[in-house]
Amino acid sequence: MAKKVRIPTPLRKLTNNEELVEVNAATIGEAITELQSRYPGIAERLVDEKGEVRRFVNVYVNEEDIRFLTGSQTPLKDGDEISIIPAIAGG
Amino acid sequence: MSEKHEGFMKALKCRECGREYPLAATHVCEFDFGPLEVAYDYDRIKKSMTKAAIHSRAQSMWRYRELLPVANDPTVGLQVGFTPLVKADRLAKKLGIRELWIKNDTVNYPTLSFKDRVVSVALSRALELGFETVACASTGNLANSVAANAASAGLKAYVFIPSDLEQGKIVNSLVYGANVITIKGHYDEVNRLCAEIAGKFGWAFVNVNMRPYYSEGSKSMAYEIIEQSGWRIPQHTVVPMASGSLLTKIQKGYQEFVKLGLVAEAEYSIHGAQATGCSPISVAQKAGLDFFKPVKPNTIAKSLAIGTPADGFYALRVMKETGGAADDVTDDEIREGIRLLAECEGIFAETAGGVTVGVAKKLIASGKIPANDSAVLCITGNGLKTLDAVVGHVGKTREIKPSLREFEAMLASEEKVNA
Repeated sequence: MAKKVRIPTPLRKLTNNEELVEVNAATIGEAITELQSRYPGIAERLVDEKGEVRRFVNVYVNEEDIRFLTGSQTPLKDGDEISIIPAIAGG
Repeated sequence: MSEKHEGFMKALKCRECGREYPLAATHVCEFDFGPLEVAYDYDRIKKSMTKAAIHSRAQSMWRYRELLPVANDPTVGLQVGFTPLVKADRLAKKLGIRELWIKNDTVNYPTLSFKDRVVSVALSRALELGFETVACASTGNLANSVAANAASAGLKAYVFIPSDLEQGKIVNSLVYGANVITIKGHYDEVNRLCAEIAGKFGWAFVNVNMRPYYSEGSKSMAYEIIEQSGWRIPQHTVVPMASGSLLTKIQKGYQEFVKLGLVAEAEYSIHGAQATGCSPISVAQKAGLDFFKPVKPNTIAKSLAIGTPADGFYALRVMKETGGAADDVTDDEIREGIRLLAECEGIFAETAGGVTVGVAKKLIASGKIPANDSAVLCITGNGLKTLDAVVGHVGKTREIKPSLREFEAMLASEEKVNA
């Protein structure tokens, strides 16, 4: 079983409106590289020039923010679900 | 132009890269995920929004209508805002400052928090854009306001809240007939889920896809503070921070009035208040950083319990630009702040108000707000909604029989103890 990535609405133009795509990467960083090879242009939306996840992008592995894990080094295992979510206002 | 009439709005604009988007229900730049913000035609606004025009209008937040993002006349929440600005002499003395004012949104209409401001804008705009269902992710107050204002506008409402909220906040959403969904998790998790739901359902999520309109409603608090202060910007404004949005919008409101020539440019500082149990922004500010580290919240100030504050970067920037400071207070200090405000001024605020008073006390004591200056505290929600937080901490009742003798005996024994 591979890992599933949930693509947020603002990025679906790049994924031909695919909402859920599968990757085989072993870390979040590699997953972004893998997405980039299939959907050119997606990586620059997610990470800045230094390869850091952009400050208005939140990435979750199985509902946990990767900033509470090991950032882009966060390891992935089969069946993991990755969500990419824009930061949201208060409530 | 064959364009549709959009009032005084020009476009949605990315705060990061400046790319422009149509005035639709969308909130994120497709290129860098930066938040979208409404751009206005200030030249036209300047001609239309004079002091005389403002004075001639009803006393609600809509007297500043040109600066609020709706195309036509508002249709939801026409009575919201213009809450009292109260001179707080007794509290000023207690906190050791020359002059203190309370911007009292504990009595905002109709749901007793500043959220009625943002919801009034968001739902008026949602109707313009043709939505029939509105929704939100909320720490409580927003849910109450969406539920009530949706009911009065005949809209269907779904509100999503953390399941551990205060009873008062839950009942205050249910009573209006809204669909209240409680999520086993903290607000940041509710938020994440709502972002996913918003991408899937065609609803107006006030703080997701409607956020560019919604968040502008907060500016009305700044406009009112200026007008009620006699058309002056206060030297110091202390603002509670959850996502940090209100603080940035107070700054934007002050700056817009300067730009329109409605108030003189002056030196002022905007300070931020958080609870120690959820203080990513204040910790960063105190460390001199321009970025924050997300936290997992643990505080009685549940309305401020956002561990990943979306506007944290911008809030830090505003404090830096205006020479403001941030601080945070413990649960006990929050309760003390609630009591101080109640006992000195007769205003019962929710936990967020206790945070603001507690932090103001600290900033005055440390000289970051000089004792000789004047300050406004933004008190954003009503204490009746967070009774759980103060029950058992605000004194005790004494029970007697309906007998004068017993009453006199009680007073006598208490005097003896107090003597």
